[in-house]
Amino acid sequence: MKSIKLKQHTKVDFATYAGVIVAFIIVTLMRSNGLLGRSTIGLLVPICCYVTMAVSLNLTVGILGELSLGHAGFMGIGAFTGVIVSQAMLINGTESVSLRLLAAMFIGAIFAAVFGFLIGIPVLRLRGDYLAIVTLAFGEIIKELITCLLVGVDKKGLHIIFNYNGLKTVSDLHLAEGGQVIIKGAQGATGTNTIASFTAGVILILVALVIVLNLIHSRTGRAIMAIRDNRIAAESVGIPITKYKMIAFVTSAALAGAAGALYGLNYSNLVASKFDFNTSILCLVFVVLGGLGNMWGSIIAAVVLYVLPEELRALGDYRMLIYAVVLIIVMLTTNSPQFKSLAGRLSIRQSKKGVTER
Amino acid sequence: MVFLSYLISGICLGSVYAIIALGYTMVYGIAKMLNFAHGDVIMVGGYISFCGFAYMGLNGWVALLLAMAVCTILGILIEGLAYKPLRQATSLAVLITAIGVSYLLQNSALLIWGATPKNYTPLIPLVGPDGAPNALRLFDGQLSISYMSIVTMAACVIIMALLTWFTSSTKLGKAMRACSENKAAAQLMGINVNRTISMTFAIGSALAAIAGVLLCSFNPTLMPTTGSMPGIRAFTAAVFGGIGSIPGAFLGGLLIGIIEAMAKAYISTQLANSVVFSVLIIVLLFRPAGLLGKYVPEKV
Repeated sequence: MKSIKLKQHTKVDFATYAGVIVAFIIVTLMRSNGLLGRSTIGLLVPICCYVTMAVSLNLTVGILGELSLGHAGFMGIGAFTGVIVSQAMLINGTESVSLRLLAAMFIGAIFAAVFGFLIGIPVLRLRGDYLAIVTLAFGEIIKELITCLLVGVDKKGLHIIFNYNGLKTVSDLHLAEGGQVIIKGAQGATGTNTIASFTAGVILILVALVIVLNLIHSRTGRAIMAIRDNRIAAESVGIPITKYKMIAFVTSAALAGAAGALYGLNYSNLVASKFDFNTSILCLVFVVLGGLGNMWGSIIAAVVLYVLPEELRALGDYRMLIYAVVLIIVMLTTNSPQFKSLAGRLSIRQSKKGVTER
Repeated sequence: MVFLSYLISGICLGSVYAIIALGYTMVYGIAKMLNFAHGDVIMVGGYISFCGFAYMGLNGWVALLLAMAVCTILGILIEGLAYKPLRQATSLAVLITAIGVSYLLQNSALLIWGATPKNYTPLIPLVGPDGAPNALRLFDGQLSISYMSIVTMAACVIIMALLTWFTSSTKLGKAMRACSENKAAAQLMGINVNRTISMTFAIGSALAAIAGVLLCSFNPTLMPTTGSMPGIRAFTAAVFGGIGSIPGAFLGGLLIGIIEAMAKAYISTQLANSVVFSVLIIVLLFRPAGLLGKYVPEKV
C-alpha cells in the first residue's frame, strides 16, 4: 500500500477548493428545485465577485502586509473594461456568451494589472498609513476619471472621449449607424447585455484561489511573507523587496479586475460611484474579519457579511445599524484582552494553560 | 480680483479642513490609530447644532456650544467603549472597529433625523436683512468676503494658536506629548495614559463639532453622510502636512482647501478630487512623511 503524503497546507488548500465546489453544487441543486427566492438568486453573482475581491485583497493585506484602501478602484477598472469588451464583441458579431465573458474578464484583469503596476511604482515606496492613504487617493482618482469617460462603439471600432470639463456630449462620439454608446460619463454604463452567471463566478473564485494559494506556497510567496514579517531581514538575505511587493500587488489588482468584469456584466446599468471608498472598506472588512492571510476565512466572511445586510432587509432602517453593532462586537470579542480572558475562564483547558504560563 | 476671491474661498474651505485635520492628527499622534469615525462626529455636531436652533430655539452660538458639549461626551464614549479595549490589538483591528463606529453613527443619524437633507441655517446669515450679501466689501465692492468666511478663518487661527499653547505649556498638553512619544515611559513618570488619551479624543471631538457647524454654514444641506467626504479630505490634509504634527495639519488643511478651490475654478469641477489627491501623491513621493512630518529612519 502506497499512501500519498500531503503537506498540511496542501490538505487545507484542497479542502478550500472542495468546499467551494460543494457549495456550488448545493446552491445549484437548491436553485433547480426552486428553494431559492428571486432576491437570493440575484445575490449569487455579486457574492462570487466579492469573494474574489476578498481573496485578492487578502493577498495584499494578509500576505504582503500592506493596507490598501483603494481596492475597489481596480474592480472599477475591470468592470468598465469588461463591459466595453463584451459590448464591442456583441456589436461586431460575437454572440457566444462564454467567449465574451472569458474575454471580458481576461482583458479586465490585464487592464487592472497594468494600472496596478503603474500605481504600484509610487505606492510601494511608501509605508504603513502613508501607503494606505495613497491607495485611497488612487481609488478616488480612478473613480473620477471613469466618471469623465464617454465611450461608444460601432463597426469601425471604439470611440473614446475624455470629457474632463463636462462640455462634450454623446453626439460628439460621431458614431456610425448601428453604433452603441457604452459609457455615458456620470450615468455610467447603460444598456449592458447582462451575461454574468453563477457558474462563471464560481469558476472565477476557483481560478483566483488556485493562483493565490499556489503563489503563497511558492518561493515567491515565501519571499513576500518574509518581507511582511521583517523587511530589513528579508532585504539583508538578498530578497529584492520592490519586485516581490510588485508581484503581489499586481496579482491582487488583476484578480480584482476580473471580479470587477464579472460584476459589471451582471447589471444592465452601472455607475462608477459604485466603486468608491465604501466598497474598498467593505472588502477590507471581509478580509480582516475572515482572518489575515486566511483564504477560506475571507470566503466565509465575504459570503456571510454580504448576505447578512440583505437578509436583514425585513428590519428596514435598522439593518445597517445592526450590521455596525455586529461588526464592532465581533472586533471587540476577537481582539480585546478582557474578552479573551473572559472566554479563557469559561473554558477549562484555556484557563489551565493560562495558569501554567503564569 | 477673481483669482483673489477664489483664493479666499479656498482658504476658508481650508480652514474648515484644518480644524478637522487637527482632530485627526492629535488622535493619531497619541493613539496611533486612524479614527475613521471622526468625519461622522462632524456630522453629529452639525445635527446637534441644527436641533439646537431649529427645535429648541437657541441662538446659533449657544447651539454651537451645545454641539461641542455633546460631541465631547460622544468622543469620550466612543473611545471608552470601542477603542480602549483594543489598546493592545493590531492597528487593522482598531481601524475596522473605527469603521464600525462610523457606520453606527451614520445609521443612528439616519434613524433619528431621517434621510431627507436638513436645510441648515448658517451661523452668520450669508445674506443680510435687506437682501444684500452680508459681506465685507473691498476695492469698491469688487471683492466681497462674507463675514462667515472671516469668522471661519479667525476660528481656525485661534484654535491653532490655542492648541499650540495648550500642548507646549499646560500640564495635560505636555502629558499628551509625552504619551505620543513613549507611552510606557510616560506611565512611569506618573502620567495617567488612559485619561490623557480620553482627553485627546474629547478635544478632537469638540473641534469636530466646531468644524461641523462651520462646514454646514457653507454647505447648507445636512445629511447623515455629510461628514464622510470632508472627513476623508481632512484626513488627506493631515497626512499631507505630516500626520501627528499640529502645524502640519494646519498647513495641510489650508493647502488642500486652496488646491481644491483652484482646481474647481481653473481645471474642472468634476476632477477636483483627483487634482487634490494627485498633489498629495506627488508630495508624498518626495517627502514620504508629509510636509512637516518627522522622518524617522529605521534602526536595525
